[in-house]
Amino acid sequence: MLDSVKRVILVLSGKGGVGKSTVSTQLALTLKERGYKVGLLDIDLCGPSVPYLLNLENQNVHQGPEGWIPVYLDNEQRLGVMSIGFLLSSRNDAVVWRGPKKTSMIKQFLEDVCWQELDFLVIDTPPGTSDEHITVMENLRQVPQCGAIIVTTPQEVAIEDVRKEITFCKKTGIPILGIIENMSGYECPNCSECTNIFSSGGGKSLADIAKIPFMGSVPIDPRVGKLAGKGLAAIKELPDSTTSKVFSELVNQLAPDSL
Amino acid sequence: MSGVPDNAPQHCPGTQSDDAGKASACAGCPNQNICASGAASGPDPAIQIIKERLSNVKHKILILSGKGGVGKSTVTSLLGHALASRNADVNVGILDADICGPSQPRVLGVRGEQVHNSGSGWSPVYVTDNLSLMSIGFLLGSPDDAVIWRGPKKNGMIKQFLSEVDWGELDYLLIDTPPGTSDEHLSAVQYLTSAGLDGALVVTTPQEVALLDVRKELQFCTKLGVPVLGVLENMSLFICPNCKTRSEIFPATTGGAAQMCSELGVPLLGSLPLDPILARCCDDGRDFLQELPNSPAVIALRSIVDKIVATCENTSS
Ligand SMILES: Nc1ncnc2c1ncn2[C@@H]1O[C@H](COP(=O)(O)OP(=O)(O)OP(=O)(O)O)[C@@H](O)[C@H]1O
Ligand SMILES: Nc1ncnc2c1ncn2[C@@H]1O[C@H](COP(=O)(O)OP(=O)(O)O)[C@@H](O)[C@H]1O
Ligand code: SF4
Ligand SMILES: [Mg+2]
Ligand SMILES: [Mg+2]
Ligand SMILES: [Zn+2]
Repeated sequence: MLDSVKRVILVLSGKGGVGKSTVSTQLALTLKERGYKVGLLDIDLCGPSVPYLLNLENQNVHQGPEGWIPVYLDNEQRLGVMSIGFLLSSRNDAVVWRGPKKTSMIKQFLEDVCWQELDFLVIDTPPGTSDEHITVMENLRQVPQCGAIIVTTPQEVAIEDVRKEITFCKKTGIPILGIIENMSGYECPNCSECTNIFSSGGGKSLADIAKIPFMGSVPIDPRVGKLAGKGLAAIKELPDSTTSKVFSELVNQLAPDSL
Repeated sequence: MSGVPDNAPQHCPGTQSDDAGKASACAGCPNQNICASGAASGPDPAIQIIKERLSNVKHKILILSGKGGVGKSTVTSLLGHALASRNADVNVGILDADICGPSQPRVLGVRGEQVHNSGSGWSPVYVTDNLSLMSIGFLLGSPDDAVIWRGPKKNGMIKQFLSEVDWGELDYLLIDTPPGTSDEHLSAVQYLTSAGLDGALVVTTPQEVALLDVRKELQFCTKLGVPVLGVLENMSLFICPNCKTRSEIFPATTGGAAQMCSELGVPLLGSLPLDPILARCCDDGRDFLQELPNSPAVIALRSIVDKIVATCENTSS
């Protein structure tokens, strides 16, 4: 049911905990604030973060005549969300599934959700290059307007895994739209000294080496961490933050024909 | 439940799975009749082989977390160094079961080493005299190589690591895992249970997005009967190197690991602060315990290691 989706954006990283879900939700919220109709699909089955991040934890998806009806964040239904989190009876429930079962769930997510007309479908993924990723690629290959945003943190341990994700995209033929570096430096709130906790510049140099556009660098900002669980857009709540600027700029790049 | 024959199609559910011979992928597979008959689904013979192979390994510990990037690999390497450095007669092995994102070769400073296959199996790479490592990272040609494998193939690799690595006598085998509650975790538990698994060390960070996934991992442990040795809270506080102000980079808005542990009745072993030098040491493959033996992180780590050792030794006596 992706026929009425104009553009699909996959948010990927080989490494865990780099901020894929944070980027996916903030990107979706930014697009929504700009007036687009957006869908956000969470295919992290073992660790779904989107319902919590968007403060939608106790919502349910309903089965409509034509498929699953996503959960909407707003009354105007400009941001619809689908996640396995909505199908679990308790937030502590573990999804202890091997690959084939995960694959069939993701196929259902791709085929059976009634998104209606969407300008953008953002897909949040788990780390790695395995079942979830292979399934999504196999099913999205036919979608013409589909691309990936790669998220990384600056340190080598992360870059190392992200290089594998880039290889994965190249092998499976998914165009890479660009790289976002997250959690670059941390500015001490007391003395303003900036510490590069996870080093710095790794994302930019990876982008240069791999010849992929660099889409910006988001610093460690505990205020951004605290937006988690509230479903609020950084561009509205923290308009002067670097995070807000990076996401505005990102949306300008993704949607030059802004509304 | 791995069992993917070489002649099976890409989506083979595994000869031990419930769908063996019946899944859509099985159509046209040469093994379909055998699989559908259930003949291939008996207990995996590998379980017995692994039990024998690991009979000289006293303690086996899984390092788990539902969440990515919380420091599983970092903690595994620190724990390995800490156990090996307390006593030169203690032998420690690390198995990197993160197939798609192996970090141990880098973190332990042995990138680019080769593993050799001899008559008695694969010999691991020695980081020090009494700390050895096996990782898929040693089998990849280039750092850009991606391991684009579905579950059954990853399980096959884990099975091979457990059954074919010649660790020699080990006091501790630490198994580093990827995030989640899926193939790698199920296989490791399935293969190690009869070989004797001491339990899991569960790593988390203080914020709710991480705890949410870690609670799922704890439920996984309960479901599979894996004892939880305890929870380690990582990256708890950041102390500004310039003015010593403390910051919560990952704010514990829901009470952090302490609150989760008391709710779920699991032991909290301690917390490690966020130390930029530790992150740098991981990138460069240097032993942080030697670089900064008196840092708050090392002091906290030593007390956590003492607790883990005490639990392991108690259960084995
Ligand atoms: N720029 C930032 N500043 C401060 N905190 C951040 C920033 N980006 C992400 N975080 C925090 O880092 C943690 C990890 O982020 P997130 O859950 O988005 O990562 P992920 O890549 O989706 O992880 P996983 O691999 O487990 O799915 C979260 O607590 C998030 O709030
Ligand atoms: N206590 C800590 N202080 C500073 N950096 C840390 C700490 N623990 C982990 N890190 C860094 O965080 C990143 C993620 O850790 P890693 O062990 O690779 O996580 P995982 O194995 O859970 O994905 C690494 O760059 C690591 O060096
Ligand atoms: S019949 Fe099915 S389960 Fe058996 S080997 Fe072939 S694909 Fe795998
Ligand atoms: Mg996530
Ligand atoms: Mg790791
Ligand atoms: Zn300061």
